[in-house]
Order: sequence, then structure tokens, then C-alpha cells
Amino acid sequence: MNAIPAPSAAPTPATSINVIDVANIEVIYNHVILVLKGVSLTVPEGGIVALLGGNGAGKSTTLKAISNLLRTERGEVTKGHIHCRGERVDGLTPNDLVRRGVIQVMEGRHCFGHLTVEENLLTGAFIHGSKRRQIADDLEKVYHYFPRLRDRRTSQAGYTSGGEQQMTAIGRALMSRPTTILLDEPSMGLAPQLVEEIFEIVKNLNEKERVSILLAEQNTNVALRYAHYGYILENGRVVLDGNADALRENEDVKEFYLGIGGEGRRSFRDVKHYRRRKRWL
Amino acid sequence: MLGAFLETLIGGLLTGVLYSLVALGFVLIFKASGVFNFAQGAMVLFAALTIARLSGEIDNKEVHLANFVVAAAILGLAVALIGWYAWREFVARGGGPDERRKMQILAAVGALVGGIAAYSYGKGAWPIWLAIAATAAIMGLLAYAIERLVLRHLVNQEGIILFMATLGIANFLDGFGQTLWGSDIYKINLGLPKDPIFLFEAVFPGGLLVDPGELVAAAIAAGLVVVLAIFFQKTRVGRALRAVADDHAAAQSVGIPLNTIWLIVWTVSGLVALAAGLIWGAKLGVQFSISLIALKALPVLILGGFTSVPGAIVGGLIIGAGEKLSEVFLAPILVKAFDLAGGGIENWFAYMLALVFLLFRPQGLFGERIIERV
Ligand SMILES: Nc1ncnc2c1ncn2[C@@H]1O[C@H](COP(=O)(O)OP(=O)(O)OP(=O)(O)O)[C@@H](O)[C@H]1O
Ligand SMILES: [Mg+2]
Repeated sequence: MNAIPAPSAAPTPATSINVIDVANIEVIYNHVILVLKGVSLTVPEGGIVALLGGNGAGKSTTLKAISNLLRTERGEVTKGHIHCRGERVDGLTPNDLVRRGVIQVMEGRHCFGHLTVEENLLTGAFIHGSKRRQIADDLEKVYHYFPRLRDRRTSQAGYTSGGEQQMTAIGRALMSRPTTILLDEPSMGLAPQLVEEIFEIVKNLNEKERVSILLAEQNTNVALRYAHYGYILENGRVVLDGNADALRENEDVKEFYLGIGGEGRRSFRDVKHYRRRKRWL
Repeated sequence: MLGAFLETLIGGLLTGVLYSLVALGFVLIFKASGVFNFAQGAMVLFAALTIARLSGEIDNKEVHLANFVVAAAILGLAVALIGWYAWREFVARGGGPDERRKMQILAAVGALVGGIAAYSYGKGAWPIWLAIAATAAIMGLLAYAIERLVLRHLVNQEGIILFMATLGIANFLDGFGQTLWGSDIYKINLGLPKDPIFLFEAVFPGGLLVDPGELVAAAIAAGLVVVLAIFFQKTRVGRALRAVADDHAAAQSVGIPLNTIWLIVWTVSGLVALAAGLIWGAKLGVQFSISLIALKALPVLILGGFTSVPGAIVGGLIIGAGEKLSEVFLAPILVKAFDLAGGGIENWFAYMLALVFLLFRPQGLFGERIIERV
């Protein structure tokens, strides 16, 4: 924590409208492994922002840095800072962030296997204490968005299908009444049709519940169809960002991430014309 | 013959209840944090000592110590109450570092006031209920100290490191208890009838001889298990505990604070230790050997499964009963058949049984099935 620059040196981020402002953060695991090398991004109120990139690019790490789940994995934000609605949040606990409306749905559908689907959902309302009415209403709402879960409510989550587990994980996050969801690879290991179904629901949530979404995905194609804006991460750096449509039309993105077009080059690093982000430097 | 068998069986089951209680403490902590808490036995001893000393007669020489002790106890109670109040506030309002700081200051002020009140109170022995309440508060305080000073700093370490830490805590508690309370054998007087009662006199000649104290003990244990089961299955915090047991990271991601959960788990198993210490102490007197019951809880755990609450109960009963029965009925056979001395079966029977289980059913009777889907 001692490496945080003095406040005077910190640029004033464009506060208030952005639910999340990540400014040039560096993340180190185990005190030695440098994984993020200056990542900056913003999530505007009501937006869907996609964070794209291949295996090990640092997508999950970025999300965990925001939700403060890093510390339990012995990771640490050593530079830069993170604001939520203008409030500095690095140094808070995950619990504090959930209370501020920012919740992460972790990669790989971490459901509580021995709890029933409904119990899983109820754990999401932990921070709301014992407001029975509110929790019952929220449960109804989740079942409204995920009708499949209503049918499986009494099944042990560990024995439900992958898609149902992903829905349970998202539904569970909804129970905390979030304003921002950090969604890590919802498409992982799911059939294309199911991926589509889940993204439709996510879009619905975004439009009807006004939940802002930061989405980490390897599935660039789907992600760019649903997102408004995208960042492409490679090796712990943002190498490209722009509106989703623009990214979809971008030749390099087409080539490396959508699998369309030219051959021969293997990575953005081999191409010279990308613009490296230096916003805070 | 049948009468003798039943008598031995009942006696064994009642001892088994105590094993169950100790094992229960283990299971709770292991489930929620994956820590194998070697200090559970030491916690039982510590709780028993505290109750015995708070409720016992205190001779003049030790009045100063007694004052101190009383002060400490009420202080603990005050901290627990204020902590509870503050926690509710905290849940209602939501918090951050500032709120936490306020809570700590509040608790400290409360402790000070409680301590002063206690100091002005403290001469002579306490009624047993007050001693139990104060000990409960002290166990809560102990849980807080362990979480704050030890566990919090060892998050994400290897299991063996955490185990070593609890070994350290165990030895510290054993020694510290003696430093604080002395190493004599103390008595806990629950005021229970001491005379044995006879059951089913119509069915068996002479009836079955049962110690009423042990019946009460069994009732307490049964009650405790029911309360715990309801707590785990039906309450919000119980649900959160099970969630943490399933997946630490996911539990954190939905805003369940791990530290608080650990505090709760350690407090609960501190209270279970208190119940065990109370019963054991009332039965045999409070002495160092109590902390060795922890070792009997090991075979119980292997039998019942490390993560199963019903397993701990059933395992304890099986071992308690099996031990007594083998002592009474197996020993004479061994003596006759092999010309052995025949003693000490009670000491190894449990471990033999555990070994057999390890070979043939390593997850124990009720060990949780590991859910794996591909
Ligand atoms: N707990 C950890 N300790 C050490 N290194 C880690 C840890 N977690 C992740 N890393 C490393 O950090 C890098 C980025 O990992 P991260 O999980 O953020 O990638 P990702 O973009 O989410 O990849 P994927 O698409 O495979 O999920 C990887 O090289 C990984 O090996
Ligand atoms: Mg990832």
C-alpha cells in the first residue's frame, strides 16, 4: 500500500458520471509477479464495457483489483488508484464494495455446491441483514429474470448444469442490489445457445435495472455484440480501446480476436500501429 | 447379563456424549475455515477452569487475583454485548474503516465501564449461572483474540501452518489457564442430584443403575445439537457459515466478511467447549487431563467424518459405547483365551476402530460427499 502516489500527484479523474474509474494500476502477486502494468479504464453509469484478451492477459486480475478480492490471493495493487463514483475504494474490503453496490461474479461459476439454488441466492442478500420483504421481492425478481432457477430452487447447486450454475451466480449477485456488476467470463464452458441466452439476460438487466456492467470475456465476438465499449488487454496492458462497433470493424481485432482475415502476424506486439495508452503518464 | 450389558452401554453412551461435544467443536471450525483446531481440548479445559474458579470459594489470600478475574469476566461480557449492538448497527448502516474504528472505540469504552463495575463487585464466589455467563463472554473474547492476533495473519497459508498455529494456541491456553487459575484440581458444583437412580426396576432384577448427572449431560448435549442444527440450517448467519465452508472466495465475493464468520465460528465452538468443560468438570473434577480428551475426539472425527455435525455426534456415541463395552466384555475373553493381562482396552479401542475406518471408509460415516461434475 505504501507505493500509492501522493494525492497531489494524482490526476483528478472524471468523477460522478463514471461508476468505475481505474487509473493506471499495477498489480503484483506474491510480491514478485508483476501482472498488470498500468491498466486504465472507465465504466460509465449504465454502460456495458467489455474487457477482452486472451488467456492470462490480466482480465480477471483487473476485476479482482476493483472488487478487492485480490488480497485473498496474495495480490496487491502497487500503483495507481481505483475510484467508484468518485470515492477512492482501494484499501476497502470486498464487503465494503458490495455495500457500495459493486459486486463481482467470479470466473468459473463459484456456486456453493452443498447449498440449494435458493439458498445460494439468499446468501447474496447477506449484506441486507434480515429485511424479509425486500429479500422476498428480490428473489421473485431473480426468478423472473431466470425462470429456470425457479424450477431448480430446491436442488443442490453442485448438481445443477453449468448454465444453471452461471445463472445462479449472476442471480446471487443481483440479490445484493448492485449498481455495478463485474462479470468474469460468463460464457466459459457453455454451449453457444446458452451463452446467447445469458447475454440477453445481462442486456436486459442493464436496460431495465440500470445495472452497469464490466464484462471480462475471451469470447470477443459475443462480447462486442452486447457491449457498448471495449478494452483489449494484452500482457497486462491495454493495447486498444474504443466503441464496440469500431472495435468490431478494426482490422487487427478481426484478425486476432474474431478470427477473420489476414495471416502471418501473431500478436499485437508485432504490429506497430496500435496506440498504447498513456493517459495518466 | 442383559441388565449389565445395558448398564455398560448407557454408561458408555453418556461418556460418548462428551466426546461428541469436543468433536463438534472441531467440526465447526474445520468446516468453516479448513483449520484443524488442535486447541479445542485446551479450550474445554480453559472454560472448565474458568467456571470452576469463578463459581468456587476463594480464600482470602487470593482476593486481589479474584478481583482482577471478576473484572476481566464482566469486562468480557460488556465487550460481547456492545460488540453485538455495534455489529447490528454496522449491518444496518453499512460500514467502512471509519465505522469499524467507531465500533472499536465503543467496545473499549464499554469494556472499561464493565471492568470498573466488576472491580467494585468482585469478592467471593459467584452463583454458577453468572459464572457460566461470564465464561461464555470470556470464550467470545478468546475467539476474538485468536481471530485477530493469529488467524487473520495466516489467511491463505498452508493447512499445516494453520495447524501448527493451533498447536501453539493449545499449549498457550493450557499453560495460561494454570497461570491464571492455578493447577489444583477444582470442582464444579452444578447442584445436580448425586445419588444414582434405578430405571426399569420391573423389567430387570435390581433395575438399571444410571447417574442422573450424566442424564442431564446428555440432555444438554442433545439440546445443543438441536440448537446448532437450527442455527446452521435456518438462519442467515448459519447459511453464510455453510457458504464459507463451501467456497471461501465466492463467499467473500458476495460480501460475506470472512473475518466475522471466523469470529462467529470460533465463538460457537468456544461455547461448545464450555458445555463440554462444564459437564466433564462436574463429573470428574477440573484437571489438566481434560485437555487430553481432544485426543479422543480424533478417532471420533475419523469415524464420523471431519465435516459432519451428525457424524461427530454418532461417532462420539459409538466410540464411547464401544470403549466401555469392550472393556467390560472383551477384556475377560482376552484374559481367558490368551492369558493376557486384559487392561487398558479403553485406551486403544477407539484408535483401532479409527484405523479400521481409515482403511475401509476414509471419509467417515457421514463425511460430506465431494460434489464433482464434469
Ligand atoms: N494468485 C496468483 N498468483 C500468481 N500469479 C497469478 C495469480 N493469479 C493470476 N496470476 C497470473 O496473472 C496473469 C493474469 O491472470 P488473469 O487470471 O488475470 O488472466 P485472465 O485474463 O483472466 O485469463 P483467463 O482468460 O485465462 O481467465 C496470469 O499470467 C496468471 O498466471
Ligand atoms: Mg480470467
